[in-house]
Order: sequence, then structure tokens, then C-alpha cells
Amino acid sequence: MKQEYTISLFTEDHIGILSRITLILTRRQINIESITASESAVQGVQMLTMVVTTTPDMVNKVATQIEKLVDVIKVFVHTSPEIICQEIALYKVTSRGLMSGSMIGDLVQKHHARILEVTPEYIVVEKSGNRAEITDLLAVLEPCGVLQFVRSGRIAVTRQVKELNAYLKEMEEAERGGPEKLEVYN
Amino acid sequence: MNFIMSNDKTKTTNMKNSDSERSQISGAEALLKCLIEEGVDTIFGYPGGAIMPVYDKLLDYSDRLRHILTRHEQGAAHAAQAYAMVTGRPGVCFATSGPGATNLVTGIANAFLDSVPVVFITAQVTSGLIGTDAFQETDILGISMPVTKWNAQVKKAADIPDTIARAFYIARSGRPGPVLVDISKDAQFENLSYSYRKCTYIRSYNPVIPLHIRDIESAAVMINHADKPLILAGHGVILSGAADELKALAEKGGIPVAATLLGLPAFPQRHRLFVGMLGMHGNYAPNVLTNQADLIIAIGMRFDDRVTGNLKKYAPEARIIHIEIDKAEINKNVRVDLEINNDAREVLTTLLPLLREKSREKWIREFRILDRVEYEKVIRPETEPGQDEIRMGEVVKTVSDITEGDAVIVTDVGQHQMAVARYYRFSEKSTLVTSGGMGTMGFGLPASLGAASGNPGKPVIAFIGDGGFQMTLQELGTIMQYQIPVKIILLNNSFLGMVRQWQEMFFNGRYASTEMVNPDFVALAGAYGIQARSVTRREELSQAVGTMLAAEGPFLVEVAIGREANILPMVEPGASVSEVTLTYR
Repeated sequence: MKQEYTISLFTEDHIGILSRITLILTRRQINIESITASESAVQGVQMLTMVVTTTPDMVNKVATQIEKLVDVIKVFVHTSPEIICQEIALYKVTSRGLMSGSMIGDLVQKHHARILEVTPEYIVVEKSGNRAEITDLLAVLEPCGVLQFVRSGRIAVTRQVKELNAYLKEMEEAERGGPEKLEVYN
Repeated sequence: MNFIMSNDKTKTTNMKNSDSERSQISGAEALLKCLIEEGVDTIFGYPGGAIMPVYDKLLDYSDRLRHILTRHEQGAAHAAQAYAMVTGRPGVCFATSGPGATNLVTGIANAFLDSVPVVFITAQVTSGLIGTDAFQETDILGISMPVTKWNAQVKKAADIPDTIARAFYIARSGRPGPVLVDISKDAQFENLSYSYRKCTYIRSYNPVIPLHIRDIESAAVMINHADKPLILAGHGVILSGAADELKALAEKGGIPVAATLLGLPAFPQRHRLFVGMLGMHGNYAPNVLTNQADLIIAIGMRFDDRVTGNLKKYAPEARIIHIEIDKAEINKNVRVDLEINNDAREVLTTLLPLLREKSREKWIREFRILDRVEYEKVIRPETEPGQDEIRMGEVVKTVSDITEGDAVIVTDVGQHQMAVARYYRFSEKSTLVTSGGMGTMGFGLPASLGAASGNPGKPVIAFIGDGGFQMTLQELGTIMQYQIPVKIILLNNSFLGMVRQWQEMFFNGRYASTEMVNPDFVALAGAYGIQARSVTRREELSQAVGTMLAAEGPFLVEVAIGREANILPMVEPGASVSEVTLTYR
């Protein structure tokens, strides 16, 4: 019954809003597997992307409760097939390990990774992809000696052409036109 | 549409207002001016270090703002909530930082669960000290977050007017609820150039929802085709002012109406279509027949577990229409067939002309048959016990008969609360102030003084048990100081009655910490200069109630109740509403 959901939401850029959102999830004992927050395409509107694993019924309940928060503008819930999502990861690997064999070439060609920095001691590799791809590359690099590994939370766009983008546009127009036009998606 | 028009109006008035006063005043004074702009005339509160600038200014505004000093911040919070429930305007409550603010929390949570608009103003330590564990500093923003509709902190005087305007707008619009504004002490001292603009719009918050006519048409079709429809009326009917519309709808469709605890005054109880209260200690007929109804029309209620009993066995025959302003309540506990996410009054007004006139006498007769059973087994023995000890039901019935529903009825929490809900005959003239969702013992006494401060133009009668009374009895001091004319009926069984009942029924009669050794309540009231008398014999009861109601000021009647009486019927925990128990022992 449980499955992975990506919750994308737009909020006002106000202090404490993240706390209010996580309270709702905490109360239902839902773990946030990943979270990213940054300014959206509209100035002053924050976008938050969270990954949770729960039942369809529960994700809808928490999504409406989140949307009810005064500072939350809109909440979208998507299952994995409905979105295109990426994470980004940085791998700091010992230079000695990585230089041996054809590893470097493989990195770029097979794994579509980038080399960010090379020093005598270590090399920093960057890769974006889905969670599995990033984990796979970690396994590949492990024998070379991984000194540090860090991955971002998920960011996502929908496969549907409209939705997020359309919503953002409406937001922007509403901004310009004042409150009157906001009725459209009220 | 109305929303947009009013918005435009505000814009124009704002322009005209440009010549209005723009004087330099302190943040504390600005706060009081904002409250006056919002129509506030009464504040409940308790001073302390951080809020002293506000209290100092309050002296200068005492002609326009009446401050009622309670004896504990929790009392101020409950009083402000009751004031809001009686007047229909947001209550306002002041407290200082630290313990002052944390003492409010039970009161805030209580208002939150029962959707009552209260604006809580707490003071905070000077902004430079916030976060340093300063004396009397507490993170009230963080603490109150899960129990407020919205909260905010103000650290600059210039932000006070806009924040207060938002607070009132959010508290009273949509599904109402408590909000909290935390103002640092330096912001209270700081000067600002004052102007006030009421808030009518917040981008991320849309309390006015467009009406989906098609859904209402679907509802009409469902109702017109139903043989056994049942209306469940909740607090939302009262909050949206839809009592008249509900009555018209029920009468046109010949639909029986049952109510939740907070929805009781939403429908006159002497009406032939009223079938009683729902839930754990509700009436027999509406509980049993919920599971035979083919259509449930839930209006402004949230399917609380005390109403539904076992969800798996709830209303199996019924399709459910849920008319509810808060979308998050729809499909939360009970899956519904048709959701109408809007204001109850708007929906009922639109729905009424689409309804076919019907009588449904056969269906209503089924309620009356079960009513008869409940009357014989429970109601008569409770209200006319003859030679036995005095029972709560007969006390409530005595008050109900004398006041004929024309009163503000306040209760605390427990057995006596259920007795009031069951045996007081509420009408269009009644107001009920009770703690529903939270079930806060100690609510009754401070709520009664808050309700009476709202000048309801009718007696305020508080039914309180001996347990709950002693949780907040210091508020007798407030009643004394302001001579607030509350009529207190203290139903004393020297037990925490409801817990004792559960111990008797579900814990093999092991009375763990429920027996009370009580003080002399009449002497206690006397110490506060409050008239009081005790009733131990049935014959004295109606005369004592008469004396109490005729008295000018506050009055307390203590009634000695049978010690181990139970509230029945009861939908036992885990049982279905149709498995309601009528007799025990």
C-alpha cells in the first residue's frame, strides 16, 4: 500500500513555515526522506520538494493539511512515474585510486559524471541523476577510496506540461494584476 | 464575488484615509488603537514584566477598552473564547512572556479544536535577548505552532498594525480559530508613525471558496431520492450563521436533524424534526438510525471519534454528503460520496430551492419509537427519579424548564456536561459554551465569566462538577472583583464522575484516584463575597434555582448529587453507534 510520493509545494517566504509543515508530518509519523527548499521562479515564493513514503490516503490527508496553512500557497502530490526528478552528488575520491585503470574515462562516458577538481591527493567528481544512478556510481568508486560523499535532496518537474509551470505563471500575473485575478485558481 | 468587491472598497477607503492621523505613537499604544479599530472593547489578561508598556497605555484607554484581570492566564484564555462564542466577535487575550504565555496553551488548544476566533497577544523579552534563555523568555511561537491557526512575532513597532490586522482577518475568516501575536518589549516602547488598514486579503490564504453549483445540484438529487436521509448538524452551522437555513431545509425535505455537542443550539430541540444528540452519550435514536440511514448530510461537523464510534461499522447503508468549509476535514475520518467544500450558509441557501417538498413520516416515526425506549429506560429515571438521591439530569431539566432555553449555558467537562447536553432543551435563543474537542476540565468557571462579560442580555448559567470547579476556582476572585453576574450550579458528587464511571464499567470498579475530599463550597463562595446556598433535598431544588436566577449578582448553588450515578446511553469504546448501551447494572 505504501509508496514513494514527491510533495512539491509553494509557500510564502516567511519564517517558521518549514517548521509548521514538518509538524504535520511528524504528527502522523511520516519520515521526510529528502527535502530541498529554494526560491521558485517567482520572487518571494519558496518552493519545497519533499520525498515521503506513505499510503495514498495518508499523503492526501497531509497534503490538504499542509495546504491549509496560512502561508502555504499550493501543494502538489506526485507519484514517481508522474515526475522527472534529479539529485546531484559530489564524490571526493583519492587520486591514486581513481587514476589507476580506465576509471576516469568510464566516469565521463558511462556514468555521465563531471570532474570538478583535480589535486595530487584527491579528485572531486560530480554527478546528477536519480537516486539509483547516484548510488550505483558510489559503489563503482568505493574501491578507489571515497573520502567524502554528499548528495542533495530531490528536485522535480512534472511530466504533465501544465501544472507547476502554469501555476507559477498565474502566480506572477496575479502579482502584477493585484488580488482581483487570483480568483481564477481560488 | 463579494470578497472582491469588499476588497475594492477597502482600497478606496485607504486612499481617503491618507489624511487620517499619522502621529508618532508607541508600539504599545498602536496595539490598543488597532484593537479598537477591530471593534474590540473587552480584553481578558494578566500583566507581567514584558507586557508592562501595553498595560501602562491601557490606563489611558480605559474608557474604550475594558480589561478584565483574571486570576490565571488559562482563565483569561477560556474567558476570551467564551466571550467570542457569545458575541460572535473575536475574543482578545493578553499575557506576558515566559510562564504567562505558556499558561495560555491549554486555552489556545481548546479554542483551536473548537474553531473559535481568539486573538492572543503575548509579550516577548527585548528583541536582543530573544534566543538567549533570558529571564521569562520562552519560545511561545514554537510552542503554540501546532495549536494556532497562525502566529507571528513582531520585533519592530512599525510592523504592529499590519500584523494585528492579519491576525484578526485570519482568526475570523474561513474556519475560525485562535491566532497568536508575540510582541517584543522594545517594539512596545518604540515609536512608529501609525496608520491602520484592515486586512481583507492574503495571497496564500483563500477563505472564500467559489460555489460549485453542480455539486449542490448533485446533493439535491441525492436528497430528493433518499428515503431515509439524516442531517448531522455541527458547530459550523452556528459559526456560519446557518441555523435558519438549516431549519428551512429540514422542514422542506422532512429530514430529521441530529446534532453534535457543539451543534446542539443549531436546531430548536422542541422542533418535531429534531432527533437528538449524536455520539458516545448522545440519544438512542440518532445513534441507532445512523446505521439505517440511506443518506447522511453532514453540515459543519468533522466526524469526531466521539460522534462516529467504530469507524468500520459507521453508517454502512448510507451515502454521505459532507458540507464543510475546511477541506482538510473532508475524507479525514469518514470517506464521503459527495464533498461540498464551502460555507454552510452559502451551500444551504443554494440547496434549498432545489429540494423537493417531502414529509418522510415513516422514517421519522422510527426515531420516535426508539425515543420512547430511551425515555422509559433512561430519561424518565434520570429526570424523575422519585425518592432516590438527586440526579444531574433532573437538575438540568429543572433549570431548562425555568429558563425555557433563553439562556447562555456554560459547562465544564465530564458527566455534568453530558447531562446538560442531554437534558437542557436548547432553542434558537440558547447559546452553549462548552469545551468539545479538547474536553478541558476547568473550562467552565472562567468561560462563564467570559460569556457574561459579553453582555448576552440573558442569564449565564454555568454547570460545573466538583472536580473541574477546583481546577480554576481562583476565578471566583475575578467574578468578585468585577461583580460578574454568573449563575453557577455546582453538581457535587465528590467524585471525578466520568472517570469513575469508566472505572466502574471498564476497570472492574477499581476507583483509582477519583474520589475527592472537598471543601465547603458555600463557605468558599462566601469568602469571595458570592452568594451561595447548598441543596441536598429534591424539594429545595427549584426554589434554589429560582432564587439564583432572581439574584442580581453572581450566585452559586451547590447540589449534592448521587455519588455513583452513570451517564447513559453510552456507545462504549470500540462499539458501533448502533450498539449503544441503554442500561448498565
